[in-house]
Amino acid sequence: MAEPILQVRDLCKHFPIKSKGFFKKRVALVKASDGISFDLKRGETLGLVGESGCGKTTTGRSILRALEPTSGEVLFRSGPDEVNLARLPASELKPLRTRMQMIFQDPFSSLNPRMTVGAIVREPLDIHGIGGKAEREEKVAHMLEKVGLKPEHKSRYPHAFSGGQRQRIGIARALIMHPELVVCDEAVSALDVSVQAQVINLLQDLQKDLGLTYIFIAHDLSVVKHICDRIAVMYAGRIVELATTEQLFENPMHPYTKALLSAVPNPDPDQPMNMELKGEVADPGNLPSGCAFHPRCTVCVEGCRSAVPELVKQPDGRTVACHGVTNMGEPTPTGGTPPEEGKGRGQCASPQEGSRRKE
Amino acid sequence: MSQRDSKAGVESVLGIKDLKVYFYTEEGEIRAVDGVSFDMRRGRITALVGESGCGKSVTSYSILRLIQKPGMIVGGSIVFRPNGGKAVDVTALDEKSDELFNLRGGKISMIFQEPMTALSPVHTVGNQICEAILLHQDVTEDEARERAIEMLGKVGIPGPEKRVDQYPFEMSGGMRQRVVIAMALVCNPEILIADEPTTALDVTIQAQIMGLIKELQRDLGTSTLLITHDLGVVAQLADDVAVMYLGRIVEQGPVRDIMKDPKHPYTQGLLKSLPSLAMEKARLPSIEGSVPSLTEIPSGCPFHPRCPHSKENICNMGAPPPLENLSDERTAACVRIRDLEAANG
Repeated sequence: MAEPILQVRDLCKHFPIKSKGFFKKRVALVKASDGISFDLKRGETLGLVGESGCGKTTTGRSILRALEPTSGEVLFRSGPDEVNLARLPASELKPLRTRMQMIFQDPFSSLNPRMTVGAIVREPLDIHGIGGKAEREEKVAHMLEKVGLKPEHKSRYPHAFSGGQRQRIGIARALIMHPELVVCDEAVSALDVSVQAQVINLLQDLQKDLGLTYIFIAHDLSVVKHICDRIAVMYAGRIVELATTEQLFENPMHPYTKALLSAVPNPDPDQPMNMELKGEVADPGNLPSGCAFHPRCTVCVEGCRSAVPELVKQPDGRTVACHGVTNMGEPTPTGGTPPEEGKGRGQCASPQEGSRRKE
Repeated sequence: MSQRDSKAGVESVLGIKDLKVYFYTEEGEIRAVDGVSFDMRRGRITALVGESGCGKSVTSYSILRLIQKPGMIVGGSIVFRPNGGKAVDVTALDEKSDELFNLRGGKISMIFQEPMTALSPVHTVGNQICEAILLHQDVTEDEARERAIEMLGKVGIPGPEKRVDQYPFEMSGGMRQRVVIAMALVCNPEILIADEPTTALDVTIQAQIMGLIKELQRDLGTSTLLITHDLGVVAQLADDVAVMYLGRIVEQGPVRDIMKDPKHPYTQGLLKSLPSLAMEKARLPSIEGSVPSLTEIPSGCPFHPRCPHSKENICNMGAPPPLENLSDERTAACVRIRDLEAANG
């Protein structure tokens, strides 16, 4: 578990918005993901959470080079070598595709309706030319069993399966190459509660069995809490807080993380929710100046409007990008109310120290 | 919550009795709703909850007679008791009658799930809201516009005078859902049907919309039928709950009772399989198998193949179990419920 399998450094993916007409002048730049940095240890599950449009899917896809990153590094360690996925020529990328895979959100549109389940799950083996015909069939049967389907299902078509079973097919297709890194993009979001629990359990079992490393992209915080070791909260293309699951849920530090947690409806009617966040998610094509969250933030101070906050390491090891947290260890309202006492968070984190996360 | 104690004091505004809605397709008869009975009490939020395909949306569509071929209401009654008016059985109304026309969008209105598709893309939101007002009320166009602006303000849209002339594409998802809510409430309906009103929204926006629905219900006294699959939303918003499975209600009662002490094995399984923020990291208890197709509804209790307490020769035989009273306010449909109660002490 010592060395990271993946090191993402300052990854950016910007989409230019071009005007209509002949010259296609660039009128705006959507910074879908902007300056994303994190390390991922082998066998770990990192959650990427945030609301729609925050760039979590773009980040996941840029890491796998399903999208060409605009800049930044994605250092992927496979065996003894470390490669920069962001700069690798396409010819060298293809063999690495077996080491990293993706599980998609919608089990209805991510499977080709005209291919049998066997063909869908076998396709990666065909593409990479692995094994003979009999060996491939055997692998497919084995994989189907592993995800809780029956080998005889392989001659059927996707329409014959329920949503949960289809998601299992998608998982089998992703795992048949024995990847090391799997990006699960909202892998359980489209499923009903009773089936969702089964698929979450399956993903966790497979992780243990096959030693997988997950990047788990989701908007449902209770699911993320259940499956992830560490969580990166994203807002408007940037990571605003990166912490272990316990730290994040027990003591969220960034005001956006706090709001996000308080917005989850609790299934206990005696725990009323109290979400104070006003306004809407920032328009990614026209971000507010400074900290993109400042127009919605309840503890916004003067500096928030002008300077973009860097991710700063906190005494407990997490990183937070918030001027309020950086300056006083705990954000204070504009009125200058002293920080809440008795939380054992008195020390200030020096803003110079480790302004970029290092481990 | 003292109002909850006086059951007799709260009258039923909508009584659904033994409703059956079948769809006649090439694969055969599909019993989407098969004998659903429940009452909506005046001024309260009643939630219909269940997984996809359980018939919750079909039930709500039946109330406005929006079931289209090959579907048909084949039995049962839906009795609407307007405030100070004569009770009317919606299922008995003629498809083209004025009475039904006046109910739709007038006395009973609906919020749909997708704020993208529920609004016309080629009309301004003001025009769409005014249409509802002009259809149901005797006012001039200027007055209708006034009312539309007032309503937009009430649902929390900033700058309603400006927004009223905008098109839906100029608004975010949360704003659009507010417009849909404004449109549904502008004729002061007695019953509001909200079909998955927050499912397409982000959590922070969902929380805002939930707050809005609750506030409007308190201020306007609208009786609301909330259709959702999200048990968290149910717990936070509803007063009464009915849990559906394969076209039937399996358990119903006040929200606190159901969420804290579920009696039916399906409700229990559903609640247990929720990964909650409070729970410790462990394996999630899940319900075995998946929801069967409506063309292959199991015999006996429809839940028995997935039920951990199912007993051979009891649960898989005969007709589906009827709803039985557990207490004044609670019912559940399970033949073994007393055995299970006894086993749990």
